[in-house]
Amino acid sequence: MTDNSPREDDYPAMNETFDRASPFADDAGVKAGPRPDISDEEADAAFAEVVTVDGVDPVAARAALADVPWEPGAPKPDPILVADGVVRRFGGLTAVDVDHVEIQRGVITALIGPNGAGKTTLFNLLTNFDTPDAGTRVFNDKNIDNVAAHNIAGHGMVRTFQLTKALSKMTVIENMKLGATGQKGESLFRSIFPFMWRKQEKEIEERADDLLIHFKMDHMRDQFAGTLSGGQRKLLEMARALMVEPEMVMLDEPMAGVNPALTQSLLGHVTGLRDQGMTVLFVEHDMDMVQEISDWVIVMAEGQIIAEGPPASIGENTAVVDAYLGSHHDSALDLDQEL
Amino acid sequence: MDYQAIIESLFRGLIGERFIVFALAAIGLNLHFGYTGLLNFGQAVFMAAGAYGLAMTVVTIGPAVNRNTGLNMSESTLFWVGIFMAVVVFPLVLALLMGIPTLRLRADYLAIVTIAVAEIFRLIARSPSLDKWTGSSDGLTGFTSTFYDLSPFTTTDRYFFNLFTGNQFFLVLVGWSILALGTLLCWLMIKSPWGRVLKAIREDEDAARSLGKNAYSYKMQALILGGMFGAVGGMVRAVGFSVAQPDNFITDVTFFVYVALILGGAGKVFGPLVGAALLYAVLDSSDTILRQLVANDYIPESIMSGTQVGQVRFMLVGLGLILLAAFRPQGIFGNKEEMALDDR
Repeated sequence: MTDNSPREDDYPAMNETFDRASPFADDAGVKAGPRPDISDEEADAAFAEVVTVDGVDPVAARAALADVPWEPGAPKPDPILVADGVVRRFGGLTAVDVDHVEIQRGVITALIGPNGAGKTTLFNLLTNFDTPDAGTRVFNDKNIDNVAAHNIAGHGMVRTFQLTKALSKMTVIENMKLGATGQKGESLFRSIFPFMWRKQEKEIEERADDLLIHFKMDHMRDQFAGTLSGGQRKLLEMARALMVEPEMVMLDEPMAGVNPALTQSLLGHVTGLRDQGMTVLFVEHDMDMVQEISDWVIVMAEGQIIAEGPPASIGENTAVVDAYLGSHHDSALDLDQEL
Repeated sequence: MDYQAIIESLFRGLIGERFIVFALAAIGLNLHFGYTGLLNFGQAVFMAAGAYGLAMTVVTIGPAVNRNTGLNMSESTLFWVGIFMAVVVFPLVLALLMGIPTLRLRADYLAIVTIAVAEIFRLIARSPSLDKWTGSSDGLTGFTSTFYDLSPFTTTDRYFFNLFTGNQFFLVLVGWSILALGTLLCWLMIKSPWGRVLKAIREDEDAARSLGKNAYSYKMQALILGGMFGAVGGMVRAVGFSVAQPDNFITDVTFFVYVALILGGAGKVFGPLVGAALLYAVLDSSDTILRQLVANDYIPESIMSGTQVGQVRFMLVGLGLILLAAFRPQGIFGNKEEMALDDR
């Protein structure tokens, strides 16, 4: 992959590395140090090794979508995530009421809809960050209805948030290392015996550094995440999610508040994940982005799925146009409405 | 002016038993508040748990068990059982009691519950109907002989530049050893992946959860562990003053621990130590200085009498805190850039 995407340095004054040499600094972990000697090809190879999902052929997965009917709840040839009868009510309001939805493995699926359609609520329900009033969810042929939100990552599904959750007072590299699952040193007892987790920590740090190089954030490695710009935080959040080694990433509005220059590079990263066999589901408002990168689009309105299909089909779907613009949008107004 | 008395009081504050008590409690609070973001406003109750865990086991519960079971444990056996009760059992039960209902909720609920439990515990311990078990408002005494019997120092001599009696010096040495061990443990834990998860929970619980960390469990671990540090502090206090008394653990105590922590820098390993040393050096030495100034008529009776010194020194500490908030809000060890990140 060639590198001509811009690097953002919005806060040049904060970009100098803080003094970590002080004996009183709370310096997490073992220092393997960044790997400046690594070439772009090596970094890409390392990236491919870190994120590749085995046994998924993204090209075949996309091709298989050609036979899927363009209708809500359409069955997919190889679904990774299936939700049935998922209902979530807030008092008298039914925020989500989805009969059936399947997400195809190995492709990029966009979840769109007007404001208040229930996209983020559905997202929370699919990742168990919220509990539905009814319904079942199956991920990778395993029922995840009773899996706690923090165990979802261990099942191979990881999410990001609409309001970016960079951990401000931790450095970029600490943010990254946090993402690794199954860390021995995260047990209270083992934490006080560094020899029990030092080796694993070093491997994790190398993986984190490889990812940072791929996302072109290695120069910010030891900066506090709180000093990054909005776009850099989105990148960091995505990179950190990959530390989990997921099969499926769920991105909640990955482009919100990102400047146009960085948008292109973010888009490239999302398709890059798909090309490694990862399944991507994202919520987005920006239709240009949806058209550009998604392989399949699911449209929600008023809590229900009203349309599905490849991106090109969505603009012509009357149900979608009605949901966004109102059902009488191109009929002439009568006198009552004009007043 | 008696300059020697002033210097002695300064050093007693810097390294003496009250410093040790508050530094230990502040290490615990640092785990709660500084690293995990738990708003514990009841650190005093953990300290009380330590004091009463020891005192009740040796003086009231232990003998009752002996009477009813014929176990016949000696006082020194009871003392070591009491230490286990004080350091492990009492704070563990308290932390579970407070944590189970609140740690799944927003941070402020823990704050409400801890401050309430601290007062409930103190008022129960004070209650005359429990006089048989807690000694009510007089508290319990007579549980320290096993400890001071171990002292290699003679009680009649003075040690360490005449600052301490033999017993005091023994307590201070033991206290410093515990403090060093505690700081080392805390440092090891915080720089491990375990500590990294705590910081992530402080920054954003949902982010930690999305990355596969069981936030509830980690918050509970931090609450228990920090409570245990508080209990050790309370136990040292009870042994040092040879009494476990309910009004030694009023709500103010919690806020003094907070003052020590914030003074030194919350979220820094050495913050609690330096904060507590500084707080008690200022409190103790200003007390002596003011008394000397009043006694030698440098301050006329019309401005301040000797009996008002106790209040005035707290005013000085308050002034110091205002200056700190204005000029160094991150505390002594804090990082200004890190602090500024909150404002973005």
